[in-house]
Amino acid sequence: MSTAPDAPSAQDERTPEIGRARLRREDERALTGRTRWTDDMTLPGMLHLSVLRSPVAHASITELDTTEAARAPGVVGVWTGEDLPEQGAMPTAWTVSDDMRTPPYFPLSVGSVKHVGDIVAVVAATSKEAADDALELIDVDYDELPVVVDPMVAKQEGSPLVHPDLGTNVCATWGLDSVTLGTGGDAAAAIREAESDPDQVVVRRTLRQNRVTPAYIEPRSIVVDPTAEQVTMWSATQVPHIVRILMAMTQPIEEHELRVVAPDVGGGFGGKLQFTREEALVLLIARRLRLPCKYTESRSESMQSSHHARDQVQELTLAARRDGTITALDVDLTADMGAYLGILTAGIPLLGGFMFNGIYRIPAYSFHCTDVFTNKTMTDAYRGAGKPEATFGIERMMDELAVELDLDPIEVRRRNWIRPEEFPYATVAGLTYDSGNYDQATDKALAMFGYDELRAEQRRRREAQDPVQLGIGVCTFVELSGLAPSRVLGGLNYGSGGWEHSTIRMLPTGKVEVVAGTTSHGQGHATAFSQIVSDELGIPFEDIVLISGDTASAHKGMDTYGSRSLVVGGMAIVGAARKVVEKARPIAAHMLEASTDDLEFAGGRFSVKGTGSGVTIQEIMISTWLAHDLPDGLEPNLDADCTFDPENFSYPTGTHLAAVEVDTQTGRVTVRDYVCVQDVGVLVNPMIVDGQVHGGLTQGIAQALYEEIQYSDEGQLTSGTLADYLVPAAPDVLRYRTDTTVTEATTNVLGVKAVGETGATAAPPAIVNGVLDALRPLGVTDITMPCTPPKVWTAIDEARRTTEGQVTA
Amino acid sequence: MARITVTVDGMRFTHEVEPRTLLVHYLRETVGRTGTVVGCDSSNCGACTVLVDGESIKSCSVLAVQADGAEIETVEGLAAGDGTLHPVQQAFHEHHGLQCGYCTPGMLMRTVCLVRENPEPTEDEVREGLKGNMCRCTGYQGIVSAVMAYSQAARDEEVGR
Ligand code: FES
Ligand code: FES
Repeated sequence: MSTAPDAPSAQDERTPEIGRARLRREDERALTGRTRWTDDMTLPGMLHLSVLRSPVAHASITELDTTEAARAPGVVGVWTGEDLPEQGAMPTAWTVSDDMRTPPYFPLSVGSVKHVGDIVAVVAATSKEAADDALELIDVDYDELPVVVDPMVAKQEGSPLVHPDLGTNVCATWGLDSVTLGTGGDAAAAIREAESDPDQVVVRRTLRQNRVTPAYIEPRSIVVDPTAEQVTMWSATQVPHIVRILMAMTQPIEEHELRVVAPDVGGGFGGKLQFTREEALVLLIARRLRLPCKYTESRSESMQSSHHARDQVQELTLAARRDGTITALDVDLTADMGAYLGILTAGIPLLGGFMFNGIYRIPAYSFHCTDVFTNKTMTDAYRGAGKPEATFGIERMMDELAVELDLDPIEVRRRNWIRPEEFPYATVAGLTYDSGNYDQATDKALAMFGYDELRAEQRRRREAQDPVQLGIGVCTFVELSGLAPSRVLGGLNYGSGGWEHSTIRMLPTGKVEVVAGTTSHGQGHATAFSQIVSDELGIPFEDIVLISGDTASAHKGMDTYGSRSLVVGGMAIVGAARKVVEKARPIAAHMLEASTDDLEFAGGRFSVKGTGSGVTIQEIMISTWLAHDLPDGLEPNLDADCTFDPENFSYPTGTHLAAVEVDTQTGRVTVRDYVCVQDVGVLVNPMIVDGQVHGGLTQGIAQALYEEIQYSDEGQLTSGTLADYLVPAAPDVLRYRTDTTVTEATTNVLGVKAVGETGATAAPPAIVNGVLDALRPLGVTDITMPCTPPKVWTAIDEARRTTEGQVTA
Repeated sequence: MARITVTVDGMRFTHEVEPRTLLVHYLRETVGRTGTVVGCDSSNCGACTVLVDGESIKSCSVLAVQADGAEIETVEGLAAGDGTLHPVQQAFHEHHGLQCGYCTPGMLMRTVCLVRENPEPTEDEVREGLKGNMCRCTGYQGIVSAVMAYSQAARDEEVGR
């Protein structure tokens, strides 16, 4: 890794920035404590808001008295749902089916509460302490109603209704079928046939996706200043542009009256991809009071009210011939929405519907999903959004198939995966994978891992009945990244386009401002985007600055989620840079007294073919600014805009191998080694890529081993703090061994794929497959995530009892 | 209200504080040093870690009044006056020990203390020493490498002296 900046060199001899592990320019501020988080902000006259949250999961509110709270010291106002008639309903952006039911969802609940943490009232006071104290003086009478927390129960006839007015807990149903799509055969028929065919096997499993939460470390915070002509909102959000437009579409403010700024934002992982009730409330109250207001959530509030994720029951059926070739896959999914719909809630399982086929040639596929309401916090996007769930389903099934056929789990995958010569490959789910080479990545991973040696060790330990058993977990995955072609989103009833925007502003002194519609919350955009522009324009890295995260300066954008910043946003930047070059070309020709056709542009310099004469783009900038001598009719301006709409998603892939040790006496799982070889296309900054992979892996391993949002049957959140929701710390994870193979993406000019979600997608099945691989000889066939010591121990114990029972019977 | 005097990154402050004020809120709101941040309300995340008389503590778990008379060091006092990064900051920079940077102030302050207590830590000791500090972005690999590199740099400096 290079640490010192390169010595200045002649521009045409410059080393390319793309591919270089450049240290991040954003680090210094964070390292010195000079970051500006939203909660750091104080404005003159600023008031502090606190919200009263429901302690019960389902109730009608029979009395709500705020009189005493309103009289408390420092309190400026207290509002309930009834007191805020101007509040608009919170929007959802994804209507997945015509019959989708959207329950009422307001910034302040009116008349009833639907989950623990639902918002009942808001207080504004001169200090946060005064606002918090006043919450205790609000008198609420809850008339408790029946509660449902299990989605499988919720979808049954006669179960308690979360929204009685809807008459059902089913939010929507949605499906995909290879017959209707014209991509393959009839899965149900193929499965029936397989059942009566001695040359085929049918494997059925019900798998559970545990409910987890993004758990960014910076709590959400919002400050609204209503005192200028344009109201400014600072918010710890991943999606300032989306917040602005949804606020304008649903609350009493017009788009041009509002500016949204995402200053430094501490993590997101999808958790800050939301238009929140708290954002709406701070705006509504600040406008009422005509004073700046701030709200910052506590961690406990965050656990209750910032969205959760995953929480699915997957009923899977896989049919295959005895040689391992898959003949059909059927998926019946029940997805827990929680009590309300956020902006993407209902669409998350649908995204997964396109990915259950993984990297495999599957001739018949059907997918059916039921979205259901429960009395829990709503679910929405979290690192991978729908795809980790799907990858878990198919990758667990590949292992089950391997066991059924007594094949090596790698071998069964190899027999089914798409071969290099088959790309571009139209999948049974209707997508087109542009490129990939699964053999290459897998072979490299197996060699790094020492697969054969580990298998030998596993055999030895099995034979010796070692109390600590070794398991090898495999996951070969593909991700659907880079949201997304607008036309495709339109076809899926998603309420937005998927393009991204950039402006390149060429400054008179030869420096460059890159304006991007995506925002960073740790991904290193300022560094990576500057590297891209530096190569495109041949301008030194140091001469470039990134502007983003503020709707006033980056006025257009679709923000950052779904690994879209590089593959979609990066291409808008490339497009803008290339337009700058074309705008500069006639000016260069004029300056060099040559024809534009005779000019070539390389290393930041236009030169006349076959001669030594040339001019740099930075020199052209000053002359454009002076505008003393421009070609006739040319506008003195070198800035350019590009709105890039991708033609396809991006499909990073890879092979993950985990060696796990399971102590059969305590149930403790230790990951001993983790190897992953990924194909994320061309690497812009390998150091940043590694960091993204490490973070994703840690979140994926955490889902498999540690993290779970738990509710009691009464709908009480029993994992409501970081003391009982186990985010891994440094001793809980290991040093990963990662590497890459590169097949260039063919759907964008840089050949880049995406990376941020890959680790979280591939790690859970790799780990769980490993745990089960360790325990199968003991008769354990399934353990739901997270594989905690008590759960693993119980599974071993139960398996032992069953085996003993069989022996004695 | 109680009167306290503290030194924060070399500057002396005297303030009247409410007895219930936590040290982290005192630093952020009264002293105006927002480099130290809050991530939880259960003393689990370590984002608020500062040094009090040389010991790393979670500033959300002590009251401001308990710090009366103490010497407090925060992330904002690490770099030299001319902006030169402290070796611990340099190590985090070079080893990609941060992404969003929210856990970073706490990580840096904990690391300074950890390496002072154990100048030659093994990787396992580093991980164990950081167990009270959560990072959701990095997966800790860059952080652990940074701490190892910093401990080496600190030893080299000792030797060089
Ligand atoms: S804020 Fe102090 S430990 Fe989390
Ligand atoms: S860098 Fe984001 S929490 Fe550690």
